[in-house]
Amino acid sequence: MSTRTTDGLRAGDSRSAATSSSSTKAGAIAGWVDDRTGLAKGARYIMSKVFPDHWSFMLGEVAMYSMIITLITGVFLTFWFVPSAGHVEYNGSYIPLKGVQMSEAYASTLHISFDVRGGLLIRQIHHWGALLFVVAIVCHMFRVFFTGAYRKPREINWLIGTMLAMLALIEGFAGYSLPDDLLSGTGLRAAQGFMLTIPVIGSYFVYFLFGGTFPGEAIIPRLYSVHILLLPAIIVGLFAAHLILVMVHKHTQYPGPGRTNENVVGFRLMPVYTAKAGGFFFIVFGIIALISSLFSINSIWNYGPYDPTAVTAGSQPDWYMGFADGALRLMPGWTEVSFGGFTFTYGILLGSLVLLPLVYVLMGAYPFVEQWITGDQREHHLLERPRNADTRTAIGVAAITAYCVLWFAAGNDIIATHLSLSINDITWFFRILFFVGPLLAFWVTKRICLALQRADREKVLHGRETGEIVRTADGRFYERHEPLDEYTRWHLVTGEPPVALALDSGTDHNGVRRPASKSERRRAKWARFFYKDNIPPVTPAELIAAQHDGHGHEAVAEIESGETTSRH
Amino acid sequence: MTTHGTPDGAHTPMNDEHGSTAVRLDQGHIQGTGGIPAQFQNPGLPPHVERMSDIDPKAAKRAELQVASMFILSILGSLACLVAYFVIPTHQQIWIPAIENGNLSHLAIGLTLAISTFFIGAGAVHWAKTLMPDQEVVEERHPLHSTPEERQAFARALAEGDAAAQLSRRPLLKMTLAGALGLFAIPPIVQLVGGLGPLPGDDLSTTFWDSKYWTNGKAPRLMRDPEMTPIKASDVTIGSVFHVLPEGIMDSEHPLDEKGKAAVLLMRLHPDQIKSQKERDWGYHGIVAYSKICTHVGCPVGLYEQTTHHLLCPCHQSTFDVTDDCKVIFGPAHRPLPQLKIAVDAEGYLIAEHGFAEAVGPSFWERG
Ligand code: HEM
Ligand code: FES
Repeated sequence: MSTRTTDGLRAGDSRSAATSSSSTKAGAIAGWVDDRTGLAKGARYIMSKVFPDHWSFMLGEVAMYSMIITLITGVFLTFWFVPSAGHVEYNGSYIPLKGVQMSEAYASTLHISFDVRGGLLIRQIHHWGALLFVVAIVCHMFRVFFTGAYRKPREINWLIGTMLAMLALIEGFAGYSLPDDLLSGTGLRAAQGFMLTIPVIGSYFVYFLFGGTFPGEAIIPRLYSVHILLLPAIIVGLFAAHLILVMVHKHTQYPGPGRTNENVVGFRLMPVYTAKAGGFFFIVFGIIALISSLFSINSIWNYGPYDPTAVTAGSQPDWYMGFADGALRLMPGWTEVSFGGFTFTYGILLGSLVLLPLVYVLMGAYPFVEQWITGDQREHHLLERPRNADTRTAIGVAAITAYCVLWFAAGNDIIATHLSLSINDITWFFRILFFVGPLLAFWVTKRICLALQRADREKVLHGRETGEIVRTADGRFYERHEPLDEYTRWHLVTGEPPVALALDSGTDHNGVRRPASKSERRRAKWARFFYKDNIPPVTPAELIAAQHDGHGHEAVAEIESGETTSRH
Repeated sequence: MTTHGTPDGAHTPMNDEHGSTAVRLDQGHIQGTGGIPAQFQNPGLPPHVERMSDIDPKAAKRAELQVASMFILSILGSLACLVAYFVIPTHQQIWIPAIENGNLSHLAIGLTLAISTFFIGAGAVHWAKTLMPDQEVVEERHPLHSTPEERQAFARALAEGDAAAQLSRRPLLKMTLAGALGLFAIPPIVQLVGGLGPLPGDDLSTTFWDSKYWTNGKAPRLMRDPEMTPIKASDVTIGSVFHVLPEGIMDSEHPLDEKGKAAVLLMRLHPDQIKSQKERDWGYHGIVAYSKICTHVGCPVGLYEQTTHHLLCPCHQSTFDVTDDCKVIFGPAHRPLPQLKIAVDAEGYLIAEHGFAEAVGPSFWERG
């Protein structure tokens, strides 16, 4: 070993070795710990791990930090919050509610907001942190999806991430329900309503969960233990597994000069990444604190305590529940059948208890479906630019579009009043858009991706436009193009060729032709759907041809004509 | 496109008609002749560009000072936060334009906390960007999977364990163990689920209007919510709407639970506006009472449009037509709101002689 590290201690274990190797106090402590754990080796290994740098890799960090901030402030809140539906008369310092009957949960939340110094700030940080947590998870997921980071070997981490995303939603809903204000109770009431639609056991399920009639007195303490114990434990556990897998896989990186599928180019955890990532925690904390002090969220004192008969106009759930609310609004009322004394309300069931898990099941399944289609079993550590994976990008945008349609449909009343339109028309518009929108989005996205791919090709073949107009000797004008340097060019010509399907090798190992099986043929069809429009990157031969070919104009024309003819 | 290269990623040979320079550009992955590589080669890391602070000690010193000032700013923020906590009284309000919550203590503690945390982060990041090494490091990746020998060793260890435990040799042990493991989780689950809640029974189909809740055998009066005063038929003018609860509900064991099922809306229409004979019969001179609990997922239906006689649920906009037995005319609800049959007692107050004829609120399997 060239330099002495603390694990040198292990060798002799003599007092003199210990003192000589750790002249500093920190070194001495590290030595003490290492003597008893042997951690130095592993710690050194982790500290020297290399992480690539890109702004989009910070999205996952934002999720992690807002989760930590929410966990910490949540522990603070537990010291004052009373998870009880027991009734009290409010006697705190918020005058408008003095003397009002309410649950202890609501009264203690008022207490936190008005009588614990800084308590409102902690509540606000907790709530804003929770919102940012969910937003960051979603953005992080988009990054992973659109760059294909979920491909082998990272499928397990995609599944863990999917579960985290779903649990974050449920955790947020559980927390939102705790203060027992009018809005949170209304949300719970709706949840109880759709649980009732579960076939056969709906009412039993609800009575067991709520401990009887709605609202009852059991749901707040039960949600409390789910919110502060059960789900946080699962979330933290999954999150730890998520991070460990990131370490094991080593982070993906964008393609670029010097970056290959076999290396990681970036900065070591110690010190650069520690400083950047650790610093980023405080930046996120600071921004959440700033937002929390300036913008009030969930001002429960304005809503009043929950009362199942009190009306809330324009009530909206937290943003991440909006899509389920929208689905409930769009579902037509005829989706209920009665037969032989039984009632089955499949519409509500579909729009709520089926939709929510379904979204996550589809998300979780996607990598495996794509892998089946492409037949791609290689390890991928280089990300793909979204434009180069046109079909995947288009599928993603189509899914986001469907989600957004539902989300906006949750505001159909607000849209109706603000635009003075009939709510009936708006609802029909959204119903149709839910089916047409994703198709349209798919098509448009695909066109945009292909146009960008073509533009990349252009740029490689003819260089960057300089904006300089040059006049030739025979009086023609053209714009001077500057050839790309090899580093810039590399960004535009990398990309692993698709693994096409081994369908046409319809011979078995004895060389006898066998007809492709039905499932193989189906797979081939899907693969064609997936890859058919993709424009392969420029090859050196093409570049040479283009350069020889008088600024390559004819060559380009040929690309275009070639394309149009082959598409017919 | 016609070609993409063959399955294994090999490249389509060039067409004969093209020379080595006139390459068809629509085919992708075309191999040129004469030693042109099939694909571009990775040029390797671009040359490192030094930062100002790497070359110029003055710039480095400046960066150091910038970082230190951010840390000092954070220290000041923390101190100010402490001062704010102790000095500003909890209920001091101030008015700031565009800011909803003007609690001074909240604002001061929050903003100083924001400064205290943000500038630790800003300082650290600036430090990393200006002074810490910015030359990228390359680390090799290694295949994730174990070597075939390791896999074999693993399989062997598994097989040896199995042999040592004699699991495969003694199917009786295997089966009984599987049975025991399969069953042991059930009692705890039964304990948990069994202790959770009462069975629903007919609870979802009954309300506080039902005769079993009557006090001394008298049909309950319709009471104003929240004043809990009885309502004379003559109080209900055309176009008015009353939020109504059954008499005595506040003395029940769980008033909120009862309110969630028994809440009623009372409206008066011109009798000839009413299109349904049953609705007219169950009302009193055009006064009709309907459940206030939405048949969709249970929000209180609280918005009454006097001109159209529509009831609107604020949750998902289900709209019920009061002139036509509260049938759904828009929105996701399926069933009409159940009607409460009302009458007038000897003193002229509105009463309900029966409970609802059907379950109120959201649908459920056995509601019929
Ligand atoms: C990271 C996941 C978490 C999320 C997404 C989350 C979300 C929420 C939300 C949205 C609220 C409503 C806040 C409001 O009043 O406006 C809430 C309340 C609450 N949360 Fe959490 N929370 C999380 C973790 C925790 C943890 C770990 C604890 C405790 C150990 C906790 C304790 C509480 C308490 C006591 C309340 C009720 C007090 C109040 O509403 O002011 N939370 N949570
Ligand atoms: S609860 Fe009334 S419309 Fe949904």
